[in-house]
Amino acid sequence: MEQKTKVTAEDGKQEIFIKRAFDLPVDLLFKAYVEPELVAQWMGTKVVKLDAKRHGSYQFETTDPMGNKHFFNGTIHEIEPNAKITRTFEMDNTSFPVQLEFIDFAALSESTSKLTIQIIFKSVDGRDNMLKLPFAYGLNMAHNRLEEIVQKIKMK
Amino acid sequence: MKTRRDVFQAIADPTRRAILLLIAAQSMTAGAIASNFDTARPTISKHLQILTECDLLTQEQSGREVHYHLNVDNMKEVADFLEPFRKMWEERFDNLEQVMKAYKPKN
Repeated sequence: MEQKTKVTAEDGKQEIFIKRAFDLPVDLLFKAYVEPELVAQWMGTKVVKLDAKRHGSYQFETTDPMGNKHFFNGTIHEIEPNAKITRTFEMDNTSFPVQLEFIDFAALSESTSKLTIQIIFKSVDGRDNMLKLPFAYGLNMAHNRLEEIVQKIKMK
Repeated sequence: MKTRRDVFQAIADPTRRAILLLIAAQSMTAGAIASNFDTARPTISKHLQILTECDLLTQEQSGREVHYHLNVDNMKEVADFLEPFRKMWEERFDNLEQVMKAYKPKN
Protein backbone atom coordinates (compact mmCIF):
# COMPACT_ATOMS: atom_id res chain seq x y z
CA MET A 1 0.00 0.00 0.00
CA GLU A 2 1.32 3.43 -0.88
CA GLN A 3 2.15 5.59 2.11
CA LYS A 4 2.37 9.22 1.10
CA THR A 5 3.06 10.46 4.60
CA LYS A 6 6.15 9.22 6.40
CA VAL A 7 6.79 9.62 10.11
CA THR A 8 10.25 8.98 11.53
CA ALA A 9 10.78 8.79 15.28
CA GLU A 10 14.15 7.34 16.19
CA ASP A 11 14.45 5.62 19.54
CA GLY A 12 15.70 7.82 22.33
CA LYS A 13 15.52 11.09 20.39
CA GLN A 14 13.53 14.21 21.24
CA GLU A 15 12.44 14.84 17.68
CA ILE A 16 10.26 13.45 14.94
CA PHE A 17 10.10 14.06 11.21
CA ILE A 18 6.89 14.10 9.18
CA LYS A 19 7.38 14.08 5.41
CA ARG A 20 4.89 14.25 2.60
CA ALA A 21 4.93 14.95 -1.14
CA PHE A 22 1.99 16.93 -2.56
CA ASP A 23 0.45 17.12 -5.97
CA LEU A 24 0.41 20.93 -5.56
CA PRO A 25 2.76 23.76 -6.53
CA VAL A 26 4.83 24.93 -3.56
CA ASP A 27 3.07 28.33 -3.36
CA LEU A 28 -0.31 26.64 -2.87
CA LEU A 29 1.13 24.32 -0.23
CA PHE A 30 2.56 27.33 1.61
CA LYS A 31 -0.74 29.22 1.31
CA ALA A 32 -2.50 26.31 3.03
CA TYR A 33 -0.40 27.12 6.11
CA VAL A 34 -0.83 30.90 6.23
CA GLU A 35 -4.40 31.70 5.10
CA PRO A 36 -6.72 31.34 8.11
CA GLU A 37 -9.77 30.15 6.16
CA LEU A 38 -7.69 27.48 4.38
CA VAL A 39 -6.09 26.24 7.62
CA ALA A 40 -9.60 25.99 9.08
CA GLN A 41 -10.74 23.83 6.16
CA TRP A 42 -7.98 21.24 6.03
CA MET A 43 -7.20 21.07 9.76
CA GLY A 44 -10.90 20.89 10.64
CA THR A 45 -10.47 23.57 13.27
CA LYS A 46 -11.72 27.02 14.08
CA VAL A 47 -8.91 29.54 13.55
CA VAL A 48 -9.30 32.13 16.29
CA LYS A 49 -6.16 33.96 15.24
CA LEU A 50 -3.41 33.51 12.68
CA ASP A 51 -0.99 36.34 12.17
CA ALA A 52 1.44 34.77 9.72
CA LYS A 53 4.48 36.98 10.21
CA ARG A 54 7.67 37.06 12.27
CA HIS A 55 6.69 37.41 15.95
CA GLY A 56 3.08 36.79 14.96
CA SER A 57 0.99 34.16 16.68
CA TYR A 58 -1.85 31.73 16.12
CA GLN A 59 -4.68 30.25 18.13
CA PHE A 60 -6.93 27.34 17.12
CA GLU A 61 -10.08 26.04 18.74
CA THR A 62 -11.01 22.46 17.82
CA THR A 63 -14.16 20.59 18.81
CA ASP A 64 -13.75 16.80 19.03
CA PRO A 65 -16.50 14.29 18.03
CA MET A 66 -17.66 14.22 21.68
CA GLY A 67 -18.19 17.98 21.63
CA ASN A 68 -15.22 18.83 23.87
CA LYS A 69 -13.30 21.95 22.98
CA HIS A 70 -9.50 21.93 22.69
CA PHE A 71 -7.32 25.00 22.34
CA PHE A 72 -3.96 25.21 20.62
CA ASN A 73 -1.61 28.13 20.25
CA GLY A 74 1.86 29.12 19.20
CA THR A 75 4.21 31.88 18.11
CA ILE A 76 5.79 32.28 14.71
CA HIS A 77 9.53 32.88 14.95
CA GLU A 78 10.55 32.80 11.36
CA ILE A 79 8.61 32.86 8.12
CA GLU A 80 9.88 32.84 4.56
CA PRO A 81 7.26 32.52 1.77
CA ASN A 82 7.29 29.16 -0.04
CA ALA A 83 10.32 28.07 1.99
CA LYS A 84 9.86 27.81 5.74
CA ILE A 85 7.94 28.50 8.93
CA THR A 86 9.49 28.09 12.36
CA ARG A 87 6.93 28.15 15.14
CA THR A 88 6.03 26.84 18.56
CA PHE A 89 2.98 24.67 19.24
CA GLU A 90 1.24 24.28 22.56
CA MET A 91 -1.94 22.55 23.72
CA ASP A 92 -3.76 24.65 26.32
CA ASN A 93 -4.89 23.07 29.60
CA THR A 94 -2.71 19.98 29.23
CA SER A 95 0.54 18.92 30.82
CA PHE A 96 2.23 18.67 27.41
CA PRO A 97 5.11 21.14 27.21
CA VAL A 98 5.41 23.50 24.26
CA GLN A 99 7.10 22.04 21.18
CA LEU A 100 9.19 23.61 18.43
CA GLU A 101 8.30 23.03 14.78
CA PHE A 102 10.47 23.58 11.72
CA ILE A 103 8.23 23.41 8.67
CA ASP A 104 10.08 23.29 5.35
CA PHE A 105 8.44 23.77 1.97
CA ALA A 106 10.21 22.79 -1.24
CA ALA A 107 9.23 22.60 -4.90
CA LEU A 108 9.76 19.22 -6.54
CA SER A 109 8.53 20.42 -9.94
CA GLU A 110 6.23 23.20 -11.16
CA SER A 111 3.19 21.28 -9.99
CA THR A 112 4.50 19.18 -7.09
CA SER A 113 6.04 19.99 -3.75
CA LYS A 114 7.42 18.49 -0.58
CA LEU A 115 6.73 19.26 3.05
CA THR A 116 9.14 18.34 5.85
CA ILE A 117 8.18 19.00 9.46
CA GLN A 118 10.74 18.53 12.20
CA ILE A 119 9.23 18.69 15.68
CA ILE A 120 11.47 19.07 18.74
CA PHE A 121 10.06 18.00 22.12
CA LYS A 122 11.15 18.89 25.64
CA SER A 123 11.94 15.26 26.46
CA VAL A 124 11.99 11.80 24.91
CA ASP A 125 9.09 10.70 27.13
CA GLY A 126 7.13 13.80 26.18
CA ARG A 127 7.63 12.95 22.53
CA ASP A 128 6.50 9.35 22.99
CA ASN A 129 3.40 10.39 24.94
CA MET A 130 2.40 12.84 22.22
CA LEU A 131 2.83 10.17 19.56
CA LYS A 132 0.70 7.74 21.54
CA LEU A 133 -2.32 10.08 21.75
CA PRO A 134 -3.98 9.04 18.47
CA PHE A 135 -3.04 5.41 19.17
CA ALA A 136 -4.64 5.47 22.63
CA TYR A 137 -7.74 7.10 21.19
CA GLY A 138 -8.01 4.57 18.33
CA LEU A 139 -7.34 1.63 20.65
CA ASN A 140 -10.07 2.80 22.96
CA MET A 141 -12.54 2.91 20.09
CA ALA A 142 -11.45 -0.52 18.81
CA HIS A 143 -11.67 -1.94 22.32
CA ASN A 144 -15.25 -0.71 22.75
CA ARG A 145 -16.21 -2.33 19.46
CA LEU A 146 -14.54 -5.59 20.46
CA GLU A 147 -16.49 -5.61 23.71
CA GLU A 148 -19.74 -5.16 21.80
CA ILE A 149 -18.85 -8.07 19.54
CA VAL A 150 -17.98 -10.32 22.48
CA GLN A 151 -21.26 -9.41 24.17
CA LYS A 152 -23.16 -10.35 21.03
CA ILE A 153 -21.32 -13.68 20.80
CA LYS A 154 -22.07 -14.43 24.44
CA MET A 155 -25.76 -13.62 24.00
CA LYS A 156 -26.11 -16.12 21.18
CA MET B 1 7.56 -7.13 -5.50
CA LYS B 2 5.90 -9.31 -2.91
CA THR B 3 2.27 -8.37 -2.44
CA ARG B 4 1.11 -8.69 1.08
CA ARG B 5 -2.25 -7.84 2.52
CA ASP B 6 -2.33 -4.83 4.78
CA VAL B 7 -2.62 -5.79 8.45
CA PHE B 8 -4.70 -2.73 9.26
CA GLN B 9 -7.13 -3.56 6.50
CA ALA B 10 -7.38 -7.06 7.94
CA ILE B 11 -8.41 -5.86 11.38
CA ALA B 12 -10.84 -3.25 10.00
CA ASP B 13 -13.48 -5.98 9.80
CA PRO B 14 -15.43 -6.65 13.05
CA THR B 15 -15.76 -10.40 12.43
CA ARG B 16 -12.02 -10.72 11.87
CA ARG B 17 -11.33 -8.81 15.08
CA ALA B 18 -13.70 -11.14 16.92
CA ILE B 19 -11.88 -14.17 15.43
CA LEU B 20 -8.54 -12.79 16.63
CA LEU B 21 -9.99 -12.27 20.08
CA LEU B 22 -11.29 -15.86 20.19
CA ILE B 23 -7.98 -17.34 19.09
CA ALA B 24 -6.02 -15.13 21.47
CA ALA B 25 -7.47 -17.24 24.30
CA GLN B 26 -6.71 -20.64 22.73
CA SER B 27 -5.86 -22.18 19.36
CA MET B 28 -8.96 -23.54 17.63
CA THR B 29 -10.05 -25.48 14.56
CA ALA B 30 -11.95 -23.71 11.78
CA GLY B 31 -15.11 -25.57 12.82
CA ALA B 32 -14.82 -24.48 16.44
CA ILE B 33 -14.24 -20.87 15.35
CA ALA B 34 -17.23 -20.95 12.98
CA SER B 35 -19.49 -22.34 15.72
CA ASN B 36 -19.07 -19.02 17.57
CA PHE B 37 -20.68 -17.05 14.75
CA ASP B 38 -24.04 -16.95 13.01
CA THR B 39 -22.17 -16.27 9.77
CA ALA B 40 -22.04 -19.02 7.11
CA ARG B 41 -19.06 -21.34 7.37
CA PRO B 42 -17.55 -20.37 3.95
CA THR B 43 -17.56 -16.71 5.08
CA ILE B 44 -15.60 -17.62 8.20
CA SER B 45 -13.19 -19.66 6.05
CA LYS B 46 -12.63 -16.60 3.89
CA HIS B 47 -11.90 -14.47 6.98
CA LEU B 48 -9.46 -17.13 8.23
CA GLN B 49 -7.76 -17.12 4.84
CA ILE B 50 -7.32 -13.33 4.91
CA LEU B 51 -5.96 -13.39 8.46
CA THR B 52 -3.56 -16.19 7.48
CA GLU B 53 -2.38 -14.26 4.41
CA CYS B 54 -1.60 -11.33 6.71
CA ASP B 55 0.45 -13.66 8.89
CA LEU B 56 -1.78 -12.85 11.84
CA LEU B 57 -2.77 -16.53 12.05
CA THR B 58 -0.67 -19.64 11.57
CA GLN B 59 -2.03 -23.09 10.83
CA GLU B 60 -0.84 -26.21 12.57
CA GLN B 61 -1.78 -29.71 11.44
CA SER B 62 -2.53 -32.14 14.27
CA GLY B 63 -3.83 -35.45 13.01
CA ARG B 64 -6.74 -34.74 10.69
CA GLU B 65 -7.44 -31.35 12.18
CA VAL B 66 -5.98 -27.93 11.45
CA HIS B 67 -5.63 -25.62 14.44
CA TYR B 68 -5.32 -21.88 14.07
CA HIS B 69 -2.89 -19.97 16.29
CA LEU B 70 -2.46 -16.28 16.81
CA ASN B 71 0.84 -15.04 15.43
CA VAL B 72 1.90 -12.81 18.30
CA ASP B 73 4.89 -11.25 16.56
CA ASN B 74 2.74 -9.82 13.81
CA MET B 75 0.14 -8.57 16.24
CA LYS B 76 2.90 -6.28 17.45
CA GLU B 77 2.86 -4.62 14.05
CA VAL B 78 -0.79 -3.79 14.65
CA ALA B 79 0.15 -2.30 17.98
CA ASP B 80 2.82 -0.09 16.42
CA PHE B 81 1.89 3.16 18.07
CA LEU B 82 3.28 5.33 15.30
CA GLU B 83 0.77 4.12 12.74
CA PRO B 84 -2.33 5.92 14.09
CA PHE B 85 -0.26 9.12 14.38
CA ARG B 86 0.88 8.73 10.78
CA LYS B 87 -2.67 8.01 9.62
CA MET B 88 -3.93 11.13 11.39
CA TRP B 89 -1.44 13.26 9.41
CA GLU B 90 -2.11 11.35 6.22
CA GLU B 91 -5.81 12.26 6.50
CA ARG B 92 -5.03 15.91 7.27
CA PHE B 93 -2.64 16.17 4.32
CA ASP B 94 -5.14 14.46 2.01
CA ASN B 95 -7.59 17.17 3.10
CA LEU B 96 -5.01 19.87 2.47
CA GLU B 97 -4.40 18.57 -1.05
CA GLN B 98 -8.14 18.50 -1.82
CA VAL B 99 -8.78 21.95 -0.35
CA MET B 100 -5.90 23.49 -2.32
CA LYS B 101 -6.84 21.76 -5.58
CA ALA B 102 -10.25 23.40 -5.31
CA TYR B 103 -8.72 26.75 -4.33
CA LYS B 104 -9.32 29.72 -6.59
CA PRO B 105 -7.36 32.92 -5.88
CA LYS B 106 -9.61 35.88 -5.09
CA ASN B 107 -8.33 38.37 -7.64
